[in-house]
Amino acid sequence: MRKTTRKFLAVTAGVASIALLATACSDDNGGSGTPTSGETKGGDDSTPITLTVATFNNFGYTDELLAEYSKDHPNVTVKQTIAAKSEDARTNLTTKLAAGGAGLADVEAIEIDWLPELVQSGDKFLDLNSADVEGRWPEFKTKPATTASGALIGYGTDVGPEAICYRQDLFEAAGLESTPEAVAELLGGDGATWEKYFEVGKQFVDKSDSAWFDSGNAIYQGMVNQLETAYENTDGTPIALQDNSAVKGLFDTVTGADVQELSAHLGQWSGDWDAAFQNNGFATMLCPSWMTGPIEERAGGVTGWNIANVFPGGGGNWGGSYLTVPAAGKNAEAAKELAAWLTSPEIQVKAFLNAGNFPSQTEASSDPALTAATNDFFNDAPTGKIFADRYAAITVTPFKGPNYFSIHTTVTDAITKVDVDKSADPAAAWQGALDAFNALGL
Amino acid sequence: MSVQSPVEPESDLAPAPRQPRRVGFSQTLSRWDVKVSPYLYISPFFILFFVTGLFPILYTGYVSVHKWQLLQGQGDFVGFKNFTDVFDQKDFWLSLRNTLSIFILSSVPQVIAAILIAALLDQNLRAKTFWRMGVLLPYVVAPVAVGLIFGRLFADQSGLINSWLGAIGIDPVLWHVDPLASHIAIASMVNFRWTGYNALIFLAAMQAVPRELYEAAIIDGAGRARQFFSVTIPQIRATVIFVVITSTIGGLQIFDEPRVFDATGAGGASRQWLTTTLYLYNTGWSGQYNLGRAAAIAWLLFLLILVIGMVNFWVTKRISTGDSNLSKKEIKAAQKRYEAQRKQS
Repeated sequence: MRKTTRKFLAVTAGVASIALLATACSDDNGGSGTPTSGETKGGDDSTPITLTVATFNNFGYTDELLAEYSKDHPNVTVKQTIAAKSEDARTNLTTKLAAGGAGLADVEAIEIDWLPELVQSGDKFLDLNSADVEGRWPEFKTKPATTASGALIGYGTDVGPEAICYRQDLFEAAGLESTPEAVAELLGGDGATWEKYFEVGKQFVDKSDSAWFDSGNAIYQGMVNQLETAYENTDGTPIALQDNSAVKGLFDTVTGADVQELSAHLGQWSGDWDAAFQNNGFATMLCPSWMTGPIEERAGGVTGWNIANVFPGGGGNWGGSYLTVPAAGKNAEAAKELAAWLTSPEIQVKAFLNAGNFPSQTEASSDPALTAATNDFFNDAPTGKIFADRYAAITVTPFKGPNYFSIHTTVTDAITKVDVDKSADPAAAWQGALDAFNALGL
Repeated sequence: MSVQSPVEPESDLAPAPRQPRRVGFSQTLSRWDVKVSPYLYISPFFILFFVTGLFPILYTGYVSVHKWQLLQGQGDFVGFKNFTDVFDQKDFWLSLRNTLSIFILSSVPQVIAAILIAALLDQNLRAKTFWRMGVLLPYVVAPVAVGLIFGRLFADQSGLINSWLGAIGIDPVLWHVDPLASHIAIASMVNFRWTGYNALIFLAAMQAVPRELYEAAIIDGAGRARQFFSVTIPQIRATVIFVVITSTIGGLQIFDEPRVFDATGAGGASRQWLTTTLYLYNTGWSGQYNLGRAAAIAWLLFLLILVIGMVNFWVTKRISTGDSNLSKKEIKAAQKRYEAQRKQS
């Protein structure tokens, strides 16, 4: 009895001291800049400060990379905290912003999908406009991060230029041309269209047991990202869904019998979707640059994956991230400088080589280190070159206002009902989308 | 202390100028000690409860009558508009249906199974601790991990459960499409996690039942089943009420399991498994960022839990006292019959 008590005490003491240490550390992180920042705003080179960078998943910012910054700025120590999932980071960011910004990192990473909400509260972030970064990114990257009053709240890190990932072995078995160059030609090359993509799909499924693409919603996602104004006018007012002929047209295409015949009827990121990678569930996928990672994770042991340098309907971007500087930060100016450095073409190319996230900077896509990159899993596909070309092909900047995702969900739910659940026919599903849209009360 | 002090009676009669005042103060202190200290000792709970329980509840009420966006913060006072808006949403009523359905599918089998498992563990088993710890094992697994594992098990096309069903000739069940099937799948996650935990609580109560009662029952010729229903259940009545109330609260707040049941966490394309807490979260923290409306949902959920909790309390009380009430009446009736017979003879 006494022994256990002692052991218990020892463990408690251990845990307590670790906790104390941890809090001491975090105090240090947040607090060390405090005394200086009030007067100098971090512009002084001599006073030592610590800047924190909060990221998620894998931004490719290694400790060595961050240490490089300290070489040029000897007074600055950069520390990174990494959230396992972007959702966690998002909850953390929005909750703390709502509470006035206390406890946020000096530099906070965000995803492009969060921006429609965040630009509404643009005053909570530092305006990052600066002559140094003028023209660093194409318009489709900067525009979503620009507030109504013209403030730039985020520096672009990576983007998701889309290509077509496909199963070379399944193509071959179905008697189709299968080398990346031939597939790109087969799908229409520079003039590739969705009609052509579905037409080749028809040829494929006639001779194969596999489906042509994985998920109706993935196709819809690719298509809707090519619309300039999908659900809202550029002034932010929503377009009534019943009058939205462009979206209705896409919905009809995706849920039409011809295209449904090509679908594997899977929801992306579901267990069935994961499993389908292992049992030849489908032959092609819309493939933003970051998708190569998830495919490799799920398709281990499958050797036939390759990437075709082509995308239907022109280029397309899916996803991508930014670095922001919360205005409440003690060292906001110094943090802005750090964010500008981290998102410079040279550093972002290094991050690409570390983590495979394609740089959003115009200059970076012609960097020899990037264009020489290949991917073993995709049979040594020249990913650097392919995605650089796909990046150059992106022409459209889809407008996403505050209600974009609420409306988008009503349509994707309807597609899921037809494509995955098969619980409604297209007409009933569309009616469901209209009802859900009206319930939003916009 | 005050008992030992001899001064008080004296001071009533002849007040001494200095001493009584000093002693009097210490007396006051000691009177305070007697009167205030007990409250002081239990105050940490109430202070904590006020800070982390009562204040948030009231503040949620304050938020619910305002227009309130997550990032933009407080807006205009709108009265009960948020509540009426919630009532107008089809999703809210769907979420109530789903919550109640999942609650019933999880709580009822869970409490019954927990009592039965506890009764088994209460027997004279070999390696008792092993079995007892064994039933607690699922509780240690994080709910999100349970969600991921069960997500694989219940996958519509590639899931293990459907392939088992296929092996015995049953058509695959569309766990992510059919509302009832999805509720069963989610309820099974909840049951997996909580049954063992509740079983241990029941076991603790069963071990406190005096063994003489069982001996007496055995002498009276009661079998195992009769002992269980006539001795064990009435004796652990208070624990049953406790478990039913806690699983009511937990069951109506189911969140993790439905959230990780698919990749989007929106409760399904037709909101087949959208629970009220999930609806609350999605209203306040994703999509609409409408904290005012989320606060209104929170209050409605609070009231719902209160009502269902009270109904459950009443029902469990009836069920577990019902037996003995009946036998009391029977005893009285039997006595009357006996006396009437005696008078007649």
